[in-house]
Amino acid sequence: MTINIILAILATSLATYISRFFGVITSKKIKETSKVFKWFNCLAYSTLSALLARIIIFPVGALAEVDYLIRFIVIFICLVIFFISKKNFVYPTILSALLLTFLSSNF
Amino acid sequence: MINIKYFLKGFFCIKSVDSPAIALFASFIAIGALFKSIGLNIQESIFSTLLTYALPGSLIMAESLIVGASLLNIFLAVWLVNARLYPMTVSLFPLLTHKSQPRLKYYLACHFIAVSAWLIMKQNYKSIERKYRLDYWIGVGVANLSVAVSATACGFFLADHLNKDMMIGLAIVNPVYFTCVMVGAMKTVQMSLAVILGSILGIIFYFISPEWCILLGGFTAGTLAFFIGELNDN
Repeated sequence: MTINIILAILATSLATYISRFFGVITSKKIKETSKVFKWFNCLAYSTLSALLARIIIFPVGALAEVDYLIRFIVIFICLVIFFISKKNFVYPTILSALLLTFLSSNF
Repeated sequence: MINIKYFLKGFFCIKSVDSPAIALFASFIAIGALFKSIGLNIQESIFSTLLTYALPGSLIMAESLIVGASLLNIFLAVWLVNARLYPMTVSLFPLLTHKSQPRLKYYLACHFIAVSAWLIMKQNYKSIERKYRLDYWIGVGVANLSVAVSATACGFFLADHLNKDMMIGLAIVNPVYFTCVMVGAMKTVQMSLAVILGSILGIIFYFISPEWCILLGGFTAGTLAFFIGELNDN
């Protein structure tokens, strides 16, 4: 079992590192003023958003146990607080944990 | 080898008000607790965060260990979910290159590519002299990785004291932080489209293939956003 865990960790880190490694190789040939760079910038933000949307809407682990509606309410309230607090990141992040813990234990 | 002044400047970015430290800490506490619950020991938990340092990949590994997936399955699932690191690297490293820096340093420094450090660097690179950007980046990366590793250890030791509701509370912090960051990044038509289309297409593609949805949705959305943005600029 222990050997399996170590192999799993190595497989996970290798699978993660290869994307970074090939990213460095590709970026050797790309100038920051080029259109290709701009395209990759769009790809980076869009894949991150796709991942984020997946985590929020189809979560795995602990979040999956919370109702959709509660998750959306928390995210919506936190976004409102983010804008009210002039884009402060601390208030919405801390509040999100407290709010979700409260809502999920009471509803 | 490394410019200490710029390294420390990057390292202490973690203290700024828009730093991902809280989100990072909360989510890795949850990972540490999860690792303990599935039977990893403290060394394995720390080893995992140190070597992988990309949250969704660690989550996939934990899930795979629970269901007893094969090594090949783990490798493919993690690669698919973490392939987003490829465009992230390509959209960051051209900003860090300088002829005075040895090539090997880039291959080591790319280990720090994860959303949190990447976002800090994207926001701050213009204020750093090009020659020292890589040293600054390593500082940012080491700080973020240190937060992640210490949070994993904390989570491992706190695991018995964290109930289900607390774990749920910790799990929402990271998505909320990054939702705020993504909304904050929507400053041009191109960026706004990349974020909005990425979220929508990521979900639509989930119904076609849950494994490929991030890559396919992200690729389609990013390419559409790029072309529409270019047309709009012209």
